[in-house]
Amino acid sequence: MDEKTYNEIVSSENMVYTKTSLMTDKTLSYCPGCGHGTAHRIIMEVVDEMGLQENTIGIAPVGCSVLAYEFMNVDMQQAAHGRAPALATGIKRTWPNKIVFTYQGDGDLAAIGTAETIHACNRGENIIIFFINNGIYGMTGGQMAPTTLPGMKSSTSPYGRDVNMMGYPLKITELVAQLPGTYFVTRQAVHTPSNVRKTKKAVRMAFENQLNKKPGLSFIEIVSNCNSGWKMTPVQANQWMVDNMFPYYPLGDLKVDGVLTMK
Amino acid sequence: MGELRLMKGNEAFAEGAIRAGVDAYFGYPITPQSEVLEYFMAEKPYERTGMVVLQAESEVAAINMVYGAAATGKRAMTSSSSPGVSLKMEGISYMAGAELPGVILNVVRGGPGLGTIQPSQADYFQATKGGGHGDYRLIVLAPSSVQEMFDFVRLAYELTFKYRNPVMLLSDGVIGQMMEKVELADPIPRRTDEDVVRECPWATTGKPASRERNIITSLNLDSAVQEKHNHKLQEKYRKIEETEVRFEEFQCNDAEYLYVAYGSSARIAQKAVQIARAKGIKAGLLRLITLFPFPKTRVAELSGKVKAMLAVEMSAGQMVEDVRLAVAGKVPVEHFGRMGGMVPSPEEVVTALEKKIIGG
Repeated sequence: MDEKTYNEIVSSENMVYTKTSLMTDKTLSYCPGCGHGTAHRIIMEVVDEMGLQENTIGIAPVGCSVLAYEFMNVDMQQAAHGRAPALATGIKRTWPNKIVFTYQGDGDLAAIGTAETIHACNRGENIIIFFINNGIYGMTGGQMAPTTLPGMKSSTSPYGRDVNMMGYPLKITELVAQLPGTYFVTRQAVHTPSNVRKTKKAVRMAFENQLNKKPGLSFIEIVSNCNSGWKMTPVQANQWMVDNMFPYYPLGDLKVDGVLTMK
Repeated sequence: MGELRLMKGNEAFAEGAIRAGVDAYFGYPITPQSEVLEYFMAEKPYERTGMVVLQAESEVAAINMVYGAAATGKRAMTSSSSPGVSLKMEGISYMAGAELPGVILNVVRGGPGLGTIQPSQADYFQATKGGGHGDYRLIVLAPSSVQEMFDFVRLAYELTFKYRNPVMLLSDGVIGQMMEKVELADPIPRRTDEDVVRECPWATTGKPASRERNIITSLNLDSAVQEKHNHKLQEKYRKIEETEVRFEEFQCNDAEYLYVAYGSSARIAQKAVQIARAKGIKAGLLRLITLFPFPKTRVAELSGKVKAMLAVEMSAGQMVEDVRLAVAGKVPVEHFGRMGGMVPSPEEVVTALEKKIIGG
């Protein structure tokens, strides 16, 4: 059997995809099937395509993506739990020409960091917040999150989220869309190629908003899965997300160019 | 001689920051330090020097804004008073872990809890022993005059960048609120962005092709790596202890009895020395300027020269523990303090010396 060399296989005519150099070669720490890796890649592809590496500073949260700085090849800071928007404020206010983004999960952004989230949005900080919502605390082992659905099981709601006892899942994206300080608010997903394309378009719009100093904050929620925390296979998790998460957290733009589009 | 102005301590700190080329202040109102934020907002330093000033939504947010700006090499600061400083402790621990420069002013009031809005020195342990979680130290400076509220901003930035370690100015409600004459040093211009990039090659200012990405984090999931980091921090603190001890002596040469104090208590004790001497008691004062590093070598030396020491502080007895550690039983060390916002008079401090030490 003929052994083909790499260069023979990957010739220019059959090269269909190149990994952006803005993703490092470090093996991702995420579970197979998790949406984080795709979300990371889309963001870094946009930074790469727009030539913004030298001007971009990212903030990693506490949660599964605490090590985002290991994978994203831009200057990065790691924040205390929930405080990423405050760090981003400190950076953007002192370096108004830099591009600043935070990357946060639901526990980080919508529980412990609610104040920082709301007030960064309300001040209209010219930054981007990426919000990965998988309805669970993944890193600490699957505890209930502010976005855990009613009846949904987690290690701290083992009989399902009882809204009378534990309160309701927080639609923080709908909430921040109402604030005059947000300029672009959208909810996307990355579980199919079509959704990846839509999300990437939204990510690009967010970076363009900041680059062009549009007045206000761009907020992108990505509804994602957590097959390990949900105790499902990756395929089951994606299907469960479509059947259960999307009805509560519907995909689409909530606010574009400072104008509310949500129903 | 520089411009003279009559100012509150809190105002002198803010003016000191503008004139020290500080890049950003993030604050939150709390008595007795609100004049810091008020002074900044009235002065418009963004017009004078380009300095950023922002009222944050909480003390937690303010210290994390400092973290963000500091991690880009900027000179960032915040201020608060005791309950607010407790809230900042999370961020301060992260800054210490990530080795970030930054200045925090605590205009101490009485506690615990909401306590009182009146002056206190009961946050000594919090400031000097860590305060937040994990093994770390702040460099702690104790201004005892309005002039030092101005001057120590410059000193704090020199130290915080030299060691990449947060510096705390441990003031109190007396120093923050009282008015004194201040000589204002000429302004130092803020560094340009290019200066910052050049002077802080570790900072997250955006990754050029010429270097690897910079990462600011306090996280090490590998315990062996974390322990190595802990050792590195401890080595830094030892270096600070060897190099940065600062204190002032008042009539110590022939002193038989030594007051040890800092901040406003040192001002009171200085008067007490004069009163005691008029009564024929040979008293002296060791005024601590750095609380960490603590002047333990000098305290140990002085314990060979005096009969006894009296630690004077507005607390139940915190600094006195460090004095006793340094004295190591050589001479008696007593404590005199008021709490709850009560400020002792010089006469009380003299009486305490007479009763607790001389008559004791």
